[in-house]
Amino acid sequence: MASLVGSRVERKEDKKLLTGRGKYTADVNFINQTFAYFVRSPHARAQIKKVDTAKAMKAQGVVSILTGADIANDKIGGLIAGWRIKSEDGSDMKVPAHPPLANETVNYVGDHVAVVIAESLDEARNAAELVKVDYKILKAVVDTNEAMNSDQIYKDIPKNLCFDWLLGDRAKVKEAFEKADKIIKIDLINNRLIPNAMEPRAANADYNPSTEEITLYTTSQNPHLARIIISAFNGVAPENKLRVIAPDVGGGFGSKIYPYAEEVVCSWAAKKIERPVKWVADRTESFLSDCHGRDHVTHAELAVKNDGTFLGFKNETIANIGAYASVFATVTPTYLFGPCATGVYKMPAAYSNVKAVFTNTAPVDAYRGAGRPEATYTIETLVEKAARELGMDPAEIRMKNFPTQFPFQQTLVHSVDSGDYVAGLKKAMEVADYKGFEKRKRDSASKGKLRGIGLCSYFEACGIAPSPVVMMLGCGIGLWESAEVRFNPTGNVTVFTGSHSHGQGHDTTFAQIAADQLGVPIENIEISHGDTDKGPFGYGTYGSRSLTVGGTAIVKACDKIIAKGKRVAAKMLEANVDDVEFSNGEFVVAKSNKKKTIGEVAFACYLPGTYGEVKSPLPEGEEPGLKETSFFDPANFSFPAGSHICEVEVDPETGETKVAKYTAIDDFGTIINPLVVEGQVHGGIVQGIGQALYENCHYDNTGQLVTASYMDYTMPRADNFPEFDLGFTCTPATSNPLGTKGCGEAGAIASPPAVMNAVMNAIGKEISMPATAEKVWKACNQSKKKNSEAA
Amino acid sequence: MKTFNYHSAKDVKEASKLSSSSSAFLAGGMTTIPSIKLGLASYKDIIDIKGIKSLSGIKVTGKTVKIGSTTKHVEVAKSKDVKKTIPSLAALAEGIGDPQVRNRGTIGGSIANNDPSADYPSACIALNAVIHTNSRKIDAEKFFKGMFETTLKSGEIIEAIEFSIPEKSNYQKYPNPASRYAVVGVYVAKHKSGVNVAVTGAKSCVYNDKDLSKALKNNFSSSAIDSVRISSSGMNSDIHASAEYRANMIKVFAKKAVEAC
Ligand SMILES: Cc1cc2nc3c(=O)[nH]c(=O)nc-3n(C[C@H](O)[C@H](O)[C@H](O)COP(=O)(O)OP(=O)(O)OC[C@H]3O[C@@H](n4cnc5c(N)ncnc54)[C@H](O)[C@@H]3O)c2cc1C
Repeated sequence: MASLVGSRVERKEDKKLLTGRGKYTADVNFINQTFAYFVRSPHARAQIKKVDTAKAMKAQGVVSILTGADIANDKIGGLIAGWRIKSEDGSDMKVPAHPPLANETVNYVGDHVAVVIAESLDEARNAAELVKVDYKILKAVVDTNEAMNSDQIYKDIPKNLCFDWLLGDRAKVKEAFEKADKIIKIDLINNRLIPNAMEPRAANADYNPSTEEITLYTTSQNPHLARIIISAFNGVAPENKLRVIAPDVGGGFGSKIYPYAEEVVCSWAAKKIERPVKWVADRTESFLSDCHGRDHVTHAELAVKNDGTFLGFKNETIANIGAYASVFATVTPTYLFGPCATGVYKMPAAYSNVKAVFTNTAPVDAYRGAGRPEATYTIETLVEKAARELGMDPAEIRMKNFPTQFPFQQTLVHSVDSGDYVAGLKKAMEVADYKGFEKRKRDSASKGKLRGIGLCSYFEACGIAPSPVVMMLGCGIGLWESAEVRFNPTGNVTVFTGSHSHGQGHDTTFAQIAADQLGVPIENIEISHGDTDKGPFGYGTYGSRSLTVGGTAIVKACDKIIAKGKRVAAKMLEANVDDVEFSNGEFVVAKSNKKKTIGEVAFACYLPGTYGEVKSPLPEGEEPGLKETSFFDPANFSFPAGSHICEVEVDPETGETKVAKYTAIDDFGTIINPLVVEGQVHGGIVQGIGQALYENCHYDNTGQLVTASYMDYTMPRADNFPEFDLGFTCTPATSNPLGTKGCGEAGAIASPPAVMNAVMNAIGKEISMPATAEKVWKACNQSKKKNSEAA
Repeated sequence: MKTFNYHSAKDVKEASKLSSSSSAFLAGGMTTIPSIKLGLASYKDIIDIKGIKSLSGIKVTGKTVKIGSTTKHVEVAKSKDVKKTIPSLAALAEGIGDPQVRNRGTIGGSIANNDPSADYPSACIALNAVIHTNSRKIDAEKFFKGMFETTLKSGEIIEAIEFSIPEKSNYQKYPNPASRYAVVGVYVAKHKSGVNVAVTGAKSCVYNDKDLSKALKNNFSSSAIDSVRISSSGMNSDIHASAEYRANMIKVFAKKAVEAC
């Protein structure tokens, strides 16, 4: 059987998903179901003086109305920050209480105040309008840069500062800067984004009073984590009485990693009223209450020699984490950001200092790339500026500072096991016809357009993560992954994974891996995920971890199956175990033609007794059945890397910017399915170009979300893009047997700086993301004015 | 309250009779339905006029193109007759929103709604349109009164819009990158009688820019516009574009439109 790893197997799940046969949380309905509608704060910051539900309770169809007081009475725990960060001075981070329904104060527009549960959604919504909340409106803190100098939001959190974190060595950096010929400085804003998964968040909780079990269907990237948080921290039900199912999920991008207030409230309410409670966010709720992404203000400096050698790097960042610290809010701007900020370069000295601030805006958490896009944007725009100021070619300055020896000990944390950054950039320059740019620029000029070219060389740390490392860095959980490989008696296979697919294509790639390992046709392999009652505990999907961590667990479980299979086959074939070899789905006795297929062995495992002529195939002491589980904890992160080159064309009269050409060369180690990987890269690039040119979450200065619908929040669309030229180099990862590196986030990490460097190259001015037409036009206009002044 | 009574009118007379101060006609529903969903509007009665055959269709006479009010954007965009007689009008329709919107939204709904950033109102002004209703004929110049405001009376139904075929015309638009409504749209049309430069998106209501029209009447070339100053005062300013940017775009687009004529 030919190996499936590396082949373009069409996605098995697409038939279902593209023909409307998927089953999403909103498709789940129970008999006797009720509908929840949340009363949300219309104010960014206010004291709740009184919640009056009397009138609403009398409205038609209302079953129950629950408030923050009820949550407190029932001692339901608050939502948690999952990662403990310490400040430079050694003190612990400060986080406010985050009750699932607000009790004393509301802290962003959309904050949960009460839930109305009714026989129909319309009735719930209508009654919600009758809930009277008496607010004392307080002055909102909105601006990231100003947060530390604004009104204090929480009594115990001075300067609205969650932590003031340092990674690196200030003294060494100071020394390096003293030796520099030149210091390049940059001030950046990493614009705030709203994730906009295609499927809005939803929950449907069913409670069975006779067994005291809750079954919660929810839109989660991580149902096991949802279960442990809702039971252990919110205390809604013990873990054995809570089953969490994340059925088909329509995208997450980070915003569905952990449970929100709504899932906690629906589960708790279902138990209270002993009826199922269903909630489906409408799009406005998604804009208001899904965790947002990015939102950094950064000042960075690079110390260089005149020949372009990097000596040192400083990164001073203020990260807005919104009104509360959600599960990954504190690690995203620290360990996922700081270490990668020195980029793909040898950097003798560096530090990243991050101040995380609270504001009266929606919580900010992990969003595709989480910290690494912000890091890459910082270093890659800074390096480009260094090239400009030193009069060097941007490719040359990068080449000069790339490490060439691997493993490469990166400055701040990571030991990068493998890579070849020179080869990646060379290939990108070739595919992008870097040399031909000047001609294309002249062609554009003849049409009155300004053409620019921008590079980005990136690496990132993903495949999260080695549990001992992340727990030492403050993570409250381990980040290994599980797999169970279960042979059915008739020889086909179900693979249970603790990770979760919400667009990534696990059903296909994971099946390819199992098919290769076991020599079973891919049609005979089913991948099962998303149900805490089915497979073993796992940590879900985010941080480009599914394949390198979860896929490896599958390989390990398959290894155990094969080991057992060998013992059974040896007995069946009357051979010595050591003489049995396994390949292509067959157990063969070495140097003989005696063999059994894995299907025959599986069947034998399930029929272990002596029956008529048939003798028991199981060796002494061997248990029947063929099912193995593996929990894989990686030894290291995986480190995908690559170089992207973007060309843009700007119309100086209107400022409109078009991406004219885009080349991405990525090193993801071994590629299991190029079709799936290309899809991930396309999606990532598109999301990154979205950030660079279009998307921007905008709150006004009272904390109202101005971009709360698709009429104002610009999503990138297919007609915004040219064809992308994709290519790959390959240095296999050494930290997992497949040699794979994560590919899910790379596109979103690499593309914003590539695009922005191209825009700035075209117009000869620094501008911030998103490079909207008006901003670009203004920048062009400024330079025009300057030119004419000079003339 | 998001509930309402739904009626399907069999003819214009019935539709008009059913209407009241708390009703809306349902043509494409591309404005009415989102407004209800977002809680911006609520109606007691929704009167569906899509089934009224006489309101739909495109007719070309020697000098005019007459488009029935419930004709969808996609039908105008694809119409061979429109492409032949007023290609800029077909192009305008092709540039409205996205395929879903174009497959449902109608020309009558668009101009009845008179969104300050809608495209069709500029075509009506530039192409000296006459709005035919069930009770009268209204010149476009008089029809659009202000932001979301027209001279339509309660119960009055637009039956058709009749455009004059110009000698030359072109429409240029900077679409709002999020919604694709016009942040600025400039419709230039040269008729025997003169030149119209209709501007949408820039102010609270579509208008005919007299300075640009005059400059082009004397000399229909893009250089004629060079000396015209567009003031940004009174122009919209929002997160998508400042007044200053809109003023710039009007001039840039007027030139581009003339060049493309
Ligand atoms: C996402 C999106 C993007 C859009 N982008 C654009 C764009 O780029 N450019 C643009 O111009 N428009 C745009 N639109 C609006 C679209 O063109 C609609 O067609 C238009 O707003 C209304 O037309 P309708 O047929 O849907 O009207 P409806 O929503 O059915 O009705 C709108 C109003 O008009 C009244 N009405 C309808 N028909 C008549 C009639 N015959 N006589 C009297 N009154 C009537 C109704 O009573 C109602 O008050 C967009 C809409 C959406 C949702």
